[in-house]
Amino acid sequence: MAKTKVLERKPLTFAEKTFIPQIVTGLKTTLTAMFGKTITLEYPEQRPVIPKNYRGVPTLVKDPNGREKCVSCQLCEFVCPPKAIRMVPGEIDPEAEPERAHVEKAPKEFEINMLRCIYCGLCEEVCPEEAIVLQDIFSLSGYSREEMINKKDKLYELGGTLPDQHHKWDKKKAAEEAGNTH
Amino acid sequence: MPIVFSIAMISVFMGLCSYSVLAERKVSSWIQGRTGPNRTRLPLLGHIPILGNILTRLGVFQPVADGLKFLFKEEITPGHVNKGYYYLAPILALGPALTTMVVLPFGRYVDPSGVVQPLVLANIDVGMLFILGVSSLGVYGIVLAGWSSNSKYPFLGAIRAAAQMVSYELAMGLSILPVFMWASAPGTDYGLSLFGVVESQQTLWLVLWQPLSALIFLISVFAETNRLPFDMAESETDLVGGFHTEYGCFKFGLFFVAEYAHVIMGSALFVLLFLGGWNFLPTFGLGFLEGLGNPWGATELGAVLSVLWFMGKVFFMIFFFIWVRWTLPRFRYDQVMSLGWKILLPLAIGNLILNTIIIALYDTL
Repeated sequence: MAKTKVLERKPLTFAEKTFIPQIVTGLKTTLTAMFGKTITLEYPEQRPVIPKNYRGVPTLVKDPNGREKCVSCQLCEFVCPPKAIRMVPGEIDPEAEPERAHVEKAPKEFEINMLRCIYCGLCEEVCPEEAIVLQDIFSLSGYSREEMINKKDKLYELGGTLPDQHHKWDKKKAAEEAGNTH
Repeated sequence: MPIVFSIAMISVFMGLCSYSVLAERKVSSWIQGRTGPNRTRLPLLGHIPILGNILTRLGVFQPVADGLKFLFKEEITPGHVNKGYYYLAPILALGPALTTMVVLPFGRYVDPSGVVQPLVLANIDVGMLFILGVSSLGVYGIVLAGWSSNSKYPFLGAIRAAAQMVSYELAMGLSILPVFMWASAPGTDYGLSLFGVVESQQTLWLVLWQPLSALIFLISVFAETNRLPFDMAESETDLVGGFHTEYGCFKFGLFFVAEYAHVIMGSALFVLLFLGGWNFLPTFGLGFLEGLGNPWGATELGAVLSVLWFMGKVFFMIFFFIWVRWTLPRFRYDQVMSLGWKILLPLAIGNLILNTIIIALYDTL
């Protein structure tokens, strides 16, 4: 066993025993703090800077050409630990988007129940199309339970468009034009 | 006419109470690096171009909102309380706190016959005794609140408050005895009146002459008003809300006002007894400073200025109360008791004996 070394404590002086010098020092500290800068933000007007990797409310995003990125593979629905995501896969309307129709699918219905969501970000991690992203929205409120379930159009509205790194459809088109489809 | 004066004084005093709540909130937030209440805006006053914004940022309209909140909250009476005493307690807490202001002089004027008179509702000879007697009645409100609430945390808070107030009352009473022994020697005609103490401080403020008495009195006032670092009665961390845990809305508001009334009374008393009341500056009996002791002449303006100067000192003391609150941590209960009984009381007795001997020597030599 290691030897313990007992340190001699300096006995308190009379002034220290009365605590008065210490109290005066404390008062000085608080007075300095009083005239210091306020460190709070005035919330609704001033907002904190949200870092890039923040996990806010999950949203669905579109690619720069306005196409839905989600192909309704249902991986997010499968991986979601609290089972907050519910999705009904559907076909793409061939009239509106003849290129993508019968190639990919798109969600007919997509719901994220924000009363269940735990903001874990697994859906974002698992998504092969980078279609579901936890962005910088951190204050969410509603008057009823129904209001707290984000439907598909609400999710796209919250998500907006994110810059796309892959340009899947643009590359396909370029390849087609160059004559080497597949 | 006395009724008009009384009502005027009560309204000023209640206004001061609500604004010391605001001061507490503002100073707390500044000390903690926050902004404090700065959103409440009254319709007309708040929309004056620049001034309105400044007032709003300072939270000047906040007390109105606070008061309205207390008034319009749902009045909840828990089922397990002793109804009669439960309703009586807040009244008993506020009553004594407001009664003490009757004998509180807050300025001076010169009456037509050229005699300096105090501005006070009732200029009685035993002013200090009256204040000591009535202000200690305030503890009944707290004890009754804790007991009638019929649940354990308020009960503990009430027990602590009672023990603490009894302990510190002794030290408080003994600490101001030397003050009166010096201020009203036999042959002077002031007795225990507070006006006399102030008049005797024209050359030398008692805080410089009797620092030990001042210190003991100040600590006792902190304990008597249940302020941090002595807020045993409500210590939020261990007793939820202390004696007023079961109270809500306006009944809680009354307790709240009572606490600040006590703070203002304590500050005013300290100013009167030790900080020279409305006297401008201590002159130390030096000839060239002669006019500075009490420069308020015989005019009415002088009377007003004396009141303002007194108020300024009181405001500083209220600020000091808040300042200390955010500096010192709360004492443990047994530490409060041992500080009161083992340190302050012997010190006060020693101080009294020392002063008696000094006065005896001074008189015989």
